[in-house]
Amino acid sequence: MSARHRRLLTTTVAVVGAAALVTGCTGNTPEATSSAGGNDAASSNDETGDTVVIGFSAPAADHGWMAQITAAAQAEADRYEDIELRVAEGTNDVSAQIAQVETFINDGVDAIVLLPFDGDAMTPIALEAMQAGIPVINVDREFSDPNAARVTVLGDNYGMGISAGQYVCSQLADKPDAVVAEVAGIDSLPLTQERSQGFSDALSECGLDVDNRVAAEFTVESGEEVTANLLQAAPQIDAIWNHDDDQGIGVLAAITNAGRDEFFMVGGAGSANAMRSIQAGDSVLQATVIYPASQAADGVRLARLLAQDKGLSDLTDVEVPRQITLSAPVVTKDNVDSYIDSAFES
Amino acid sequence: MSTPTTQAPPAADAAPRRGTASGFLSGPAGRNAGLVIALVILCVVGIATAGDRFASTDNLLTILRLAAVTGVVSVGMTFVIIGGGIDLSVGALVALSSVWATTLATQALAEDTHWILMAGTALLVGGVAGLVNGVVIAYGKLVAFIATLAMLAAARGLAEIIANRRTQIVQDQDFLRFFSGSPLGVPTLVWIFALVAVLGWVLLNRTTFGRRTFAVGGNAEAARLAGIRVQRHTVALYVLSGVTCGIAAVMLMARTTTGSSTHGTLLELDAIAAVVIGGTLLIGGRGTIVGTVLGVLIFTALSNVFTLNNLSSSAQAVAKGVIIVAAVLLQQRVAAGRRQRRSPKAVPPTAAEGGPAGASPGVPAP
Repeated sequence: MSARHRRLLTTTVAVVGAAALVTGCTGNTPEATSSAGGNDAASSNDETGDTVVIGFSAPAADHGWMAQITAAAQAEADRYEDIELRVAEGTNDVSAQIAQVETFINDGVDAIVLLPFDGDAMTPIALEAMQAGIPVINVDREFSDPNAARVTVLGDNYGMGISAGQYVCSQLADKPDAVVAEVAGIDSLPLTQERSQGFSDALSECGLDVDNRVAAEFTVESGEEVTANLLQAAPQIDAIWNHDDDQGIGVLAAITNAGRDEFFMVGGAGSANAMRSIQAGDSVLQATVIYPASQAADGVRLARLLAQDKGLSDLTDVEVPRQITLSAPVVTKDNVDSYIDSAFES
Repeated sequence: MSTPTTQAPPAADAAPRRGTASGFLSGPAGRNAGLVIALVILCVVGIATAGDRFASTDNLLTILRLAAVTGVVSVGMTFVIIGGGIDLSVGALVALSSVWATTLATQALAEDTHWILMAGTALLVGGVAGLVNGVVIAYGKLVAFIATLAMLAAARGLAEIIANRRTQIVQDQDFLRFFSGSPLGVPTLVWIFALVAVLGWVLLNRTTFGRRTFAVGGNAEAARLAGIRVQRHTVALYVLSGVTCGIAAVMLMARTTTGSSTHGTLLELDAIAAVVIGGTLLIGGRGTIVGTVLGVLIFTALSNVFTLNNLSSSAQAVAKGVIIVAAVLLQQRVAAGRRQRRSPKAVPPTAAEGGPAGASPGVPAP
């Protein structure tokens, strides 16, 4: 089931990407998956073509999500006989990552998939690669110059907030004075601010707001600590959104410890742990919002298409689009089965 | 002060200062009173702004439970700092111990036998890492700051390798049940914290080991001439700190239901801050367990009051910084005043001859 299913999913991503160019994001509902039905179109692109060499560089796999990024990219490359993926050792050292890209340029690879540790710092070397005629696929963390990448594949942090907010709204539609709490990630990061902004924007549309907000540090320990205090601050809660499923293990531990279950919780990022919890339905965790760890895998596929002069077969346009923003779907008990296989282990 | 080993003449010049730390009510009472006042002010602010949400048994127990992990580590840190050293590796040791105790192999072994094995593993790992710290510092003659800084980096790196940077879930339900229980209505973690604090107080104030710790930290050379085996004692202090890290790792595993290489991030700074505002001199020779416990409680209560009022963590960090500076400034005033009253000619502690225990060039005592 998985190969066929993954193809369907990728087609969906393509469709969503197209929609993103025009309208922003659409929901990744099961209907969309089945109606996409672009098997024929996709398979003509899947036929083995000229072998392409793709250079891949990403930060060190120091948490579950980042580990899955590299693993998924590698797995995607293994599925195609005509892809030779050169994976550089993951590093959080900008100068080491620049050196990796320089090596790719010297080797004359056909395309480079780059998840920069720091988008700004990697922009000049990406520009250099583009000028050398090597298409660069920028994943997740954006360059400061749009010319530095041929295609940019992004997750949608603001969209995560929106999705979480809309889900909370849908559950609390009839309670105008419901208490909503938020356990954010590291507050100084733009991605946290975007998630929080999206959440409060979506909540305000149904007349709700964030009553209690605490910020953890994406670690289990900090999640437990801030949540223990949060639960004291709010004696009665209706919904909690936690930005990150890694820290979510700690958040759930604190909730269990306090013996609270009058509310439901929505997670973020989409770890396998969280999805198993949702599947089992044995905790307050009812849903999670995905921040796809398949971005780099999509980058690899797009790199192959670019190098082989192919377009996205589900689009009328001849060329691969410039920017693809992935959807941030809500995973609940109803659709968890479709997502759990591609989830990352935290 | 009456142990046979410390009666040699050179120990005498450490006596006036040790006198201030000999009882927990007589000497440092003034400093501790200041801390109690600070804690009371925090509580008043908490009650005024959050009312019943602050002044409830549940909230009190939450504060104590959150203070427990930092508290246990801080007790170990107090010994090291009084002994003239510093241990920057505590956070990393907590991570390493928690990861080692929750590997699949350890958990499988614990499942066949008893969860106590997991706890034992954590304590052992912490103790051995502390031993390495101590040996490198005492016999390798490395400065404590550098040696434990190296351990900080290495231990967390090793933890990442063992855990493969994943979060390891604790599967043993008996383990979780034991540590999440509340005997007599007080969480197990708080009992452990209380036990460690009381044992620490007894060890520091009622045993030869404690008196030697003050002597070594106050003046290592004098302590050596007095017949104290300074190097062996230094090693023991770091092992003690390592074991408290192991205990803290077990508590953290219970609190979060996981072992992870991210556990205890920046815990060393929290512990040092608590020890310092608790009135322990960073150069060694003086300090109290009671002050340290109060220091930990102040920081935990602070973050609780801030969260109850829905204030940002940034504002909290600013308040924390202000408290540290204010507390230390106040203590210096108090300490200076007392010194002048006591003996105008007394050498200020900062001028105490002989480096900290870690840097002492002493030869092994006979």
